[in-house]
Amino acid sequence: MSRDEIIDITNRFLIEEFEVSPAVIQPEANLKESLDLDSLDYVDLVVIIESNFGIKLDNKDFTNVRTFDDLYDLIGSKLHAIA
Amino acid sequence: MMRRVVITGMGIYSSLGKNLSEVKDSLYQGRSGIVFSPERKEFGYRSALTGLVERPDLTKLLSRRQRISMGEESEFAYVATREALVNAEMDEAFFDDHIVGLLYGNDSVSQAVVESTDIVRQKKDTTLVGSGAIFKSMNSSVTMNLSTIYRIRGINMTISAACASGSHAIGMGYLLIKQGLQDCVICGGAQEVNKFAMASFDGLGVFSDREDEPEKASRPFDKHRNGLVPGGGAATIILEDYESAVRRGAPILAEVLGYGFSSNGDHISTPNVEGPMRAMELALQQASLSPADIEYINAHATSTPMGDANEARALTQLFGGRPYVSSTKSMTGHECWMAGTSEVVYSVLMAQHGFIAPNINLDDVDETAQDLSLVKNTINKNFNVFLSNSFGFGGTNSAIIVKKL
Repeated sequence: MSRDEIIDITNRFLIEEFEVSPAVIQPEANLKESLDLDSLDYVDLVVIIESNFGIKLDNKDFTNVRTFDDLYDLIGSKLHAIA
Repeated sequence: MMRRVVITGMGIYSSLGKNLSEVKDSLYQGRSGIVFSPERKEFGYRSALTGLVERPDLTKLLSRRQRISMGEESEFAYVATREALVNAEMDEAFFDDHIVGLLYGNDSVSQAVVESTDIVRQKKDTTLVGSGAIFKSMNSSVTMNLSTIYRIRGINMTISAACASGSHAIGMGYLLIKQGLQDCVICGGAQEVNKFAMASFDGLGVFSDREDEPEKASRPFDKHRNGLVPGGGAATIILEDYESAVRRGAPILAEVLGYGFSSNGDHISTPNVEGPMRAMELALQQASLSPADIEYINAHATSTPMGDANEARALTQLFGGRPYVSSTKSMTGHECWMAGTSEVVYSVLMAQHGFIAPNINLDDVDETAQDLSLVKNTINKNFNVFLSNSFGFGGTNSAIIVKKL
């Protein structure tokens, strides 16, 4: 899957799940602040990533995820590992 | 000096309507809220009749974080509570300035439990049930959600007492205010209506199987009744210390005069006569009233052969034929965990608007109920004092006496 495809799919489900405006999502923006995530929301992030990409993340996978770009990278690396 | 306890607001979301006004009209018209559910039949129900209650859309009213922890019983309860608070003239600032309590009756969260368990079975991973699952699949789901939404700082708990849950919630709120431990308690009852909620109850074979005539299936006190019909939704009443209510200029709708409770100490599902009688006698004693003071009785009567007969015997023995008697379950079906509160709301609505709602489908009065003044058709009549009965599995009984002010 290309990075553009990952970005498209990810942005679509983030907008839907967290009910935010598309404008909120910018590659370098802070993920937690932009989506107003609390600790419980990361559980739901794991759920929607699994249902959209078939990959299982763990809470600690998000330790180094600060921006949306970081999230796309994380998903890309997990997909790559599976492939 | 014990304090007086008054009702300053009410809210309702049921098969008879989505607010007090719609429900009042349905009660007056004797309109049934019962339908046949093809989904339940397909699922394997012996009787697929149910009260029809739509799931409310709360996307514009609550945040995602608030909604994700709510099953339908909490959603129903939120809608009913929202209406009750508006009517009680309580806004968000009220909760900042006052220690308000919350006691809500609820005794199942079947859908959340079934659906989250199914996900774990399929995915073999508990994380994938999502963050809302735990808050939806605990029995106290309604109170944990409402207490968070309204920033409740007083008593906060769910009352689980089967089909008397909503009535005991009012009773417990009444006692807390009467003793001076709380000035205001939000009380209520909620009942889920999804296909998972009533499957095991249906399995007992106690639901009416009159599927070809849904609106005629629930027929309390009728000789040809053949079982109950489940219903649901939620009802909320705001209980308040009389003096506090007067001080803030609140609308005072009615006063809770007495609460009686008892346990049958008998069979798990078969009701008796003596247990409910003791609850009603205790309510009268608490209210310092005699049976002759009760003008209307909203019976528990669910349309089961044994339950209705035993309640009719208890009512006849205690009250004779003087008070009017009807079971609004003839229209709503049995609203179970919610019924104890919803039926107080229905009765207050009747008292406010000067009528007694009918016990519909009462074509041929059962021989055990011949001496009661059963209301077959709507009666236009002003009345003030009523008693509401609620009985549940395990033999838990509750009786509430209310006076319109």
